Amino acid sequence: MNGHRWSRHRVTLTGAVTWSGLWVFVGGLLLAVASVVLASLAQRFSTGWLPESYTTGWYTAAWSDFGLGRLLLVTVEVAVAVVVISLVVALPTAYVLSRLTFPGKRLLLLLFLVPQVIPIMTYAVPLATLVYMLRLNDSLAGIVLVNLVPSIPFAVLVLIPFVDQVDPRVEHAARVFGANSPRLFVHVLAPLLVPGLLAAGVLILVRVVGQFELTFLVSGPNSETLVVALYGSAVQAGHLASQQINAMSVVYMLTTLILLLVALRFVDPTSVTARHRSR
Amino acid sequence: MTDHSPGGGVLAIDGLRREFGAFVALRKLDLRVSAGEFVALLGPSGCGKTTALNLVAGLIEPTAGTITLDGHRIERLPSEKRGIGMVFQNYALFPHMSVADNLGFGLRMRRRPKHERVERVSRALALVRLTEHAHKYPGQLSGGQQQRVAIARAVVVEPRLVLMDEPLSNLDAKLRLDMRTEIRLLHQQLGLTTIYVTHDQTEALSLADRLVVLKDGAVQQIGTPSDVYEQPANAFVAAFMGYRNVLEGDLRAGDLHTGSLALRTRPGTTGKSGRAVALIRPDDLRLLPDDAAPAPNAIPVRVRVCEYLGREFAIEAVGPGEQVLHGRAARPLTPGERAVASVDPERVLVFPATEGAAVSAPELELVAQGEQG
Amino acid sequence: MTLTGASRAWARRHGLTPMLWLVAPGVVFMLVFFVYPLCYGVGLSFQGEGGPLSAYADFFTNGFVNNGRSRESILVTLRLAFAASLINVGLALPLAYRMRGAVRAKRALIAVVLVPMTLGTVFVAAAMNEFLGRAGWLNRVLLAAGVIDQPLQLVGNFTGVLLSLVFTGLPFAFLLMVGYASGIDPTLEQAAAVLGASPARRFLHIALPLLLPGLTITFCLAFILAFGVFPSATLVGNDAGPTRVLSKIAYTEYSYGHYSTASAAAVIMAVVQLAVLGLVLAARGLLYKGPSTGGKG
Repeated sequence: MNGHRWSRHRVTLTGAVTWSGLWVFVGGLLLAVASVVLASLAQRFSTGWLPESYTTGWYTAAWSDFGLGRLLLVTVEVAVAVVVISLVVALPTAYVLSRLTFPGKRLLLLLFLVPQVIPIMTYAVPLATLVYMLRLNDSLAGIVLVNLVPSIPFAVLVLIPFVDQVDPRVEHAARVFGANSPRLFVHVLAPLLVPGLLAAGVLILVRVVGQFELTFLVSGPNSETLVVALYGSAVQAGHLASQQINAMSVVYMLTTLILLLVALRFVDPTSVTARHRSR
Repeated sequence: MTDHSPGGGVLAIDGLRREFGAFVALRKLDLRVSAGEFVALLGPSGCGKTTALNLVAGLIEPTAGTITLDGHRIERLPSEKRGIGMVFQNYALFPHMSVADNLGFGLRMRRRPKHERVERVSRALALVRLTEHAHKYPGQLSGGQQQRVAIARAVVVEPRLVLMDEPLSNLDAKLRLDMRTEIRLLHQQLGLTTIYVTHDQTEALSLADRLVVLKDGAVQQIGTPSDVYEQPANAFVAAFMGYRNVLEGDLRAGDLHTGSLALRTRPGTTGKSGRAVALIRPDDLRLLPDDAAPAPNAIPVRVRVCEYLGREFAIEAVGPGEQVLHGRAARPLTPGERAVASVDPERVLVFPATEGAAVSAPELELVAQGEQG
Repeated sequence: MTLTGASRAWARRHGLTPMLWLVAPGVVFMLVFFVYPLCYGVGLSFQGEGGPLSAYADFFTNGFVNNGRSRESILVTLRLAFAASLINVGLALPLAYRMRGAVRAKRALIAVVLVPMTLGTVFVAAAMNEFLGRAGWLNRVLLAAGVIDQPLQLVGNFTGVLLSLVFTGLPFAFLLMVGYASGIDPTLEQAAAVLGASPARRFLHIALPLLLPGLTITFCLAFILAFGVFPSATLVGNDAGPTRVLSKIAYTEYSYGHYSTASAAAVIMAVVQLAVLGLVLAARGLLYKGPSTGGKG
């Protein structure tokens, strides 16, 4: 029962280097976050070690001047819509690509693989044009639409290995007991694929919240997401106080951090690649 | 490390103990293994046998105790400096190396010259009859072939000690018998000191020179297969070795009284008395038709199940007090039929009910049943 | 009737079952909103003002009206992406290898290491400017300790962009590598140890060969991430010179309404990236790709 215990606590050079490297990274991370948070609370741009006086004014300014509440709402709405639609569309597709062999299957796989390996810019501009033609620019629907383009194939690719893992005999058994195809999906496959669906969902969520290029091209004053507004204000350096930008990026960080922590309560992210063990 | 003459090393284990947090996996193991001896560690899962093996292999460190191989203390040495061979339960063949490279790995790590490696690998391949598979990868071999590669990989380095961790548990029943013979044959040819871990008592009985029976991290008995089989040290060992019928009762003047029954027991227990359990192997409990001639220790029973075994019949019957009994019959009996179960008093083992860590009769039956499959 | 019967049999023989309709929504969506824009974009790149290839010619002769140094940007982007993905994979490999057994520590560490993924480019840029800038804490500490007498220039140049790419890309590479490392059967290394292999040789002969396929995939994905770098090239780099990356060129052309040249830059970016990935994956084809468990598990 203890066969896989591999415990030996000996200090080695490589171990010391690895762990100190790790702590440098973690320490740098914490200091960097702390420096931004401190700067966002500074009354004036500081030239010393610490700000001379503190204020929460930059946050209230961000809330009123930038409509931070609306930005957050749009961001969450877009993220949830993209995650749900991607999973609903991707699950049947992943199922077919995992289970069936048919002429043209490799072509289909390529269709879902190519968006992952070519730069977004190669199709972003014509896609934005298409959205304008459909009169969906500066609307929630338009932003969801463009974000689905990289998300759906991504979800398909993440889900295929999870479907591979579900023993086809489970499905045969369900069919023997009289389940038809829709019931098979709802009652047998979907519950078995919950880890895969969650993993794909979390990864899509993080990508959509941070997705800049595509959203930027079709968004307008009514439909900016947090990251687009943030970048917009960051590049206009000089127009805005740096503390203002810092305050907004702190809000952005907290948003994604909360979303990710909520999501991680349900998923072990390493399960996406660690599939050899479950055999 | 392996420059000694061929043959096995001498192993001495003293007071070996291992805790995992508050859990004591192995309480205290003392064992002497002489050169070329084949010792089996036997027990149900969680008894500490794998822990003991991993301690000898160096995969975990002991909490206390010493391990001495050929006079050298090895219990704090890392695995790679112990010069032993090991066969893993899942074989642990390197999937990215050919069969020949798997075999040559240990020799390479010992920095043997190439011509010697080639020579010894081809000899080991011939020994396990895999010469024509030398350039295949483990994934291309059958389970039995993978098993033979794993064994060859462990012995090709001519280790002072070979460890085997349930090597046959992943094989199907027929292959398991074949491989058992093969391991025995290999041991006879090479004479390597071997420690073999298993939960299968027939495997241990047929392979080993000596058995160590473990339960809950504690040694129950150490002895030759016939010692352990014929003279189990306690009720647990008896149940584990296949004494499947367990009767609990009061022992008075050599008779075990349970309900209306008085069972004559093995001579030598006459002096003892008190609460006791009697254990009988199914092979020793003969079932006879109701009208047969009077027999010793006759127990009236009703037949419940009759299974054909080939040479004889396995009978499950219900005795007085709804006691379930397992026996053998020379001729088929009909379910529902009345019959008589008879056992030679010499074959009725008795242990005080408090002995053997106070195991109760139902627990013993579970142990015994667990070992039937 | 017999004709449809025959064609149905033919379809079944070739695996064309009604189940295939399940892919229709996904496929139609991808054709309309991905393939069509992609083809249209490639087409646009051949509709330059001075002839089909003029946009490409302008790119390679640095002839973009508002966008100099376009030819050099290929090398700049490649250098940045290679450096970042090599560093990320190089650091993720030993970390993930160390982490493969320790389950409890792993979950905690993963949570910490994931934080940079949530920060976003702008936060990372702000953090680097605050922390690594000329008046940042790091330079203050080093100056005060007397290690340096001039502040280090860590942002506003190639180093700045590289650091920000490592900062955001390392967690991602680590996460992937932990998955691959945990997938290796631990008894393989135990077997190697018993056979006499020291920790270094166990890594070299057992873990590394089994990790290499996962390593190449991680490298590819890290490379894709780094190759598309855009906002941080502006925010912590110097996009007029040393960090003038391909995506910056494409965006600037687009923002001036030069769709043909913007598309040409994007196509060149895609071709370069695909060429690199192709080379890496071709090299991977020479490596072992089988399972990372030994025998029956």
